Amino acid sequence: MVRLEGVALHYLSAGRPGPEALRDLSFSIPEGGFRWLLGASGAGKSSLLRLLHLAVRPTRGRLAVFDTDVGRARRAELPALRRRIGMVFQDFRLLPHLSAFDNVALPLRIAGRTEPQVRADAQEMLRWVGLARRMAALPSQLSGGEQQRVAIARAVVGRPSLLLADEPTGNLDDGQAERLMLLLQEMNRLGATVVVATHNAALVARHPGPALRLAEGRLLGDD
Amino acid sequence: MTEHRRRRRPARFDDLGLRRALGDRMLPLLVAAMAFLAALALAGSAGAAALARHWQEGAAAALTVQVPADGTAGAAAVVAALLATPGIAAAQALTDADLAALLRPWLGDAGSAAGLHLPAVIAVRLAGDGPDLAALQTRLAALAPGTLVESHGVWVQRLAMLARSLEACAWLALGVVAAVAASVVAVATRAGLAARREAIEIVHGLGATDGYIARRFAGRATWLAGAGGLLGALAALPVLAALANLAAPFVATQGAAPLPPLKALPLLLVGGLPALPLGAAAIGFVTAQATVRAWLRRLS
Repeated sequence: MVRLEGVALHYLSAGRPGPEALRDLSFSIPEGGFRWLLGASGAGKSSLLRLLHLAVRPTRGRLAVFDTDVGRARRAELPALRRRIGMVFQDFRLLPHLSAFDNVALPLRIAGRTEPQVRADAQEMLRWVGLARRMAALPSQLSGGEQQRVAIARAVVGRPSLLLADEPTGNLDDGQAERLMLLLQEMNRLGATVVVATHNAALVARHPGPALRLAEGRLLGDD
Repeated sequence: MTEHRRRRRPARFDDLGLRRALGDRMLPLLVAAMAFLAALALAGSAGAAALARHWQEGAAAALTVQVPADGTAGAAAVVAALLATPGIAAAQALTDADLAALLRPWLGDAGSAAGLHLPAVIAVRLAGDGPDLAALQTRLAALAPGTLVESHGVWVQRLAMLARSLEACAWLALGVVAAVAASVVAVATRAGLAARREAIEIVHGLGATDGYIARRFAGRATWLAGAGGLLGALAALPVLAALANLAAPFVATQGAAPLPPLKALPLLLVGGLPALPLGAAAIGFVTAQATVRAWLRRLS
């Protein structure tokens, strides 16, 4: 499902290669696997998620997602792969001019689903995250926790094969965080590969699982 | 088809927020100004082409022969000789009244009153390519010494050349206007891309293809440029009508053959003006598509 061999990533700064954000990463996650992604701020968790989300390509090494070599794939092949990946961003990244419903419907519309199906799936997902009554609200009219739930609904509405989450419980109270973990575990049980980056040690303790530990862009442990 | 599309996507679903990022004021107004200029250039081109054609067909087929005043008796012989020459359709000596009318603008009525010895003037219409002018001149001079054959061809050709140059300039102006319109659309599109960078990155991350994103921009740019083109064409309509009125006498009164007077302009109004909004829309579509696709290459 996901395989990295000697992957490095450095961002360009002013056209020149900047410092390496990730160095010599090698690991793999089997189809239907679950991984916590742990590490201090700046350890490279977000960079690794960006790589797995195909937002950037590796500078060195080989990255395969869905058995496609991402470094060598043509640009035109990537959108179809991205549609099989759900991503929950730390800063939500909702479109501010679209209602909660339209934000959640967006991945389905991009994928070209029919409108009745879009309507049914998006409404069901918003009901599931407890926002049935806020469907018409703009993100600016929602609280931080509500926005995060919209972001989560948007990430899972297309039933992705690979689900990535960057600090998804950051703005949620304990009850909502538990509910989210149940959703992620349910997605995992249905066959999705799930990677969750978090600082929340209590959450990890309550839901033990294999973890990728990063420090300064290197992999400390894969257990 | 429409039903199918409605099922696919609500018409007013503006995922990239382009209704604000590509505003509906500046772009249509600038394109309207371009379309207005394009309409004038089209009219200039069509008008110049009509004049060139007209002058060549009409006046180039004419010839003037002057017979000196003291050989008035010779004038009739010259007319007879001309009529007998192959390649000449008609030859007619102008009457004294005709000559007086021709001279009146310069001499007033004094010309005839002063009893000037005016040469006899014969207006000749050629058929086909006409006779060899040098041979004709020699033959007529032998008949009535001092006879001059004056071809209109040379200066008519110069005028026609001038008209054709004007026509070329008009087409050049049209090309420049189209290029400026494309630049205007490109600048507006880039501003829209910059304003919606984050939204584009989000939609891109959700798996949208370059084509999906480019279609959003191109749809909006096509509509705005087309509306601008329509506005410009409508604004040009009264101006072109006035120009047609002014130009009509020039083409209508010259030449012997009854040429269709300024048919070019109504034709332009019928064909050229509706083409302006369509052309503007096409420029909007192609430019926006190219600009967005080039910009998107920076995303992985």
